[in-house]
Amino acid sequence: MDLARLTIHEAAEGLRSKTFSSVELTKSVLDQIAKRDGAVRAYVHVDEEGALASAARADERFEKGSPLSQLDGIPCGLKDVFCTKGLPTTACSNILRDFVPPYDATVVGKLKDAGMVLVGKTNTDEFTCGSSTESSCFGPSHNPWDLERTPGGSSGGSAAAVAADECIYALGTDTGGSIRQPAAYCGITGLKVTYGRVSRFGVISMASSLDSIGPLTKDARDAAIVLKAIAGHDPHDTTTPQLDIPDYLNSLGQPCLNGLKIGLPKEYFSEALNPEVAQLVRDAAAVLEKEGAILKEVSLPLTPSALAVYYIICPSEVSANMARYDGIRYGPGPEAVAKGAELELEEYYRQARGEGFGPEMKRRIMMGTYALSSGYYDAYYKKAQQVRTLIIQDFQRAFEEVDILLAPTTPTPAFKLGEHTSDPVQMYLEDVFTVAINCAGLPSLALPCGFSSEKNLPVGFQLIGPQFGESRLLQAGAYYQTLTQWHQMRSQIAMPS
Amino acid sequence: MKLTKEQVAHVANLARLGLTDEELERYVHELSGIVGYVEQLESVDTQGVAATAQVTGLSTILREDAELKKPLAEPAELLNCSQRFDEQSGQIIVPNVF
Repeated sequence: MDLARLTIHEAAEGLRSKTFSSVELTKSVLDQIAKRDGAVRAYVHVDEEGALASAARADERFEKGSPLSQLDGIPCGLKDVFCTKGLPTTACSNILRDFVPPYDATVVGKLKDAGMVLVGKTNTDEFTCGSSTESSCFGPSHNPWDLERTPGGSSGGSAAAVAADECIYALGTDTGGSIRQPAAYCGITGLKVTYGRVSRFGVISMASSLDSIGPLTKDARDAAIVLKAIAGHDPHDTTTPQLDIPDYLNSLGQPCLNGLKIGLPKEYFSEALNPEVAQLVRDAAAVLEKEGAILKEVSLPLTPSALAVYYIICPSEVSANMARYDGIRYGPGPEAVAKGAELELEEYYRQARGEGFGPEMKRRIMMGTYALSSGYYDAYYKKAQQVRTLIIQDFQRAFEEVDILLAPTTPTPAFKLGEHTSDPVQMYLEDVFTVAINCAGLPSLALPCGFSSEKNLPVGFQLIGPQFGESRLLQAGAYYQTLTQWHQMRSQIAMPS
Repeated sequence: MKLTKEQVAHVANLARLGLTDEELERYVHELSGIVGYVEQLESVDTQGVAATAQVTGLSTILREDAELKKPLAEPAELLNCSQRFDEQSGQIIVPNVF
């Protein structure tokens, strides 16, 4: 049996019944990394020793019959923006290349308390800014379904690692689609949670009013298991409300669709959508309808404006968050200084930042600084925040008519590496179906629903709910996966060789 | 709207971002493209619409006015993240500002 292929719930069952040990499971994953990651490049740092030590400790707990949780002893990959005490955390940026955090992010602490075996840190676009992992200072990851293509981004390393069985599950961040788009491109399941549902403390910020954290997994049940472990209030993150955490595993896999009203937002089935993707997403809706769901076309008229709102708010907040990377508190500082030159402070900043940030970061810092600069604030940032209010109202009206929404995750399957690097606006259009959900702070579960006929590339759809409505999405998603096999497909490169 | 090279240089200075001349030229072109794209928002009527900064409705969450529990990291560990940390003095040394 190839243990690395298992889901969390399958692996947990095997560990509990002592069919195999956590060390065996972890070795299977490390073996997979040794075989595949030279081509996939999902990881930027693998902690083999630490992983095997954690696995051995988990096995002791299983011996005593006292595992910590369903995640105990299960190998996980973390996007390289989650602070991990004593392990490099670089945001895949030269400016943080040598950073080793002195503490764990809240979610990392929670997962460690649950028994996580941390395998390593996965690749991301620099500071999570991108849709392809191509802006990583370590170079891009490759899609396990077609190595010439992107796994998506920014959580492309996490998605590729899950799809290539180089971990059992992974965490990512989603600011404008960065969990869902790579999940769709890699044929896996990804959950973007409600803004504030999961603490962001200790996770390197990109755009603070949009950032969210969530799991990338092999199925919806696994996403529920991970969410249960990481959700909840954190005194270190004041955007996490003191709301009860539902039992996300409750009634998973049970029929739950009878009478469920599902809205299909007509603006998401526009000309921008590849016809084959449109058909596969409609097929997924038909599967749900057959089980008793009621499909209804709805309208979200502000959809065409969401991307423009996002590409004002996001860079503005990026430019503010990047201000701390000054070459003094973090980063190597200017090369000239390393060679002995003395620079006055402002010139020191300019050189440290000019050398430390890559082109996409500079572009967003410039755009954001411009949008927030004196005389332009009202025209850009404030205007965008007003349109954001209208986007939220669009969704509120839709949720008066339907329980959840169903839409494509991306307009096309994975594009080729290098295809969009010279045209930033074209790259930004990859996010056209995901950013509005972040603007409104809603949860969205991305699920695989088929393959493109010509290239055999995964295609996905997303279920979107009202704020803090993750349970219903997970129930519908898990039930959909009892009716379909798309989530069980594995790429050739991920097959045992 | 097309940005000028002077505008872009001004923004780079505000952001304390050292750019080469070639980069400046590139960002004149690219930022003009992005600004041109986002200007479509002008056509959306936002008269009297409130701006949203926080989507779940929380505001001004304060912690309890009590002594903090054990810090997540010792001050020396945090300072040590800086390459300019001077162990002898226990301080971060920055270039003179005067």
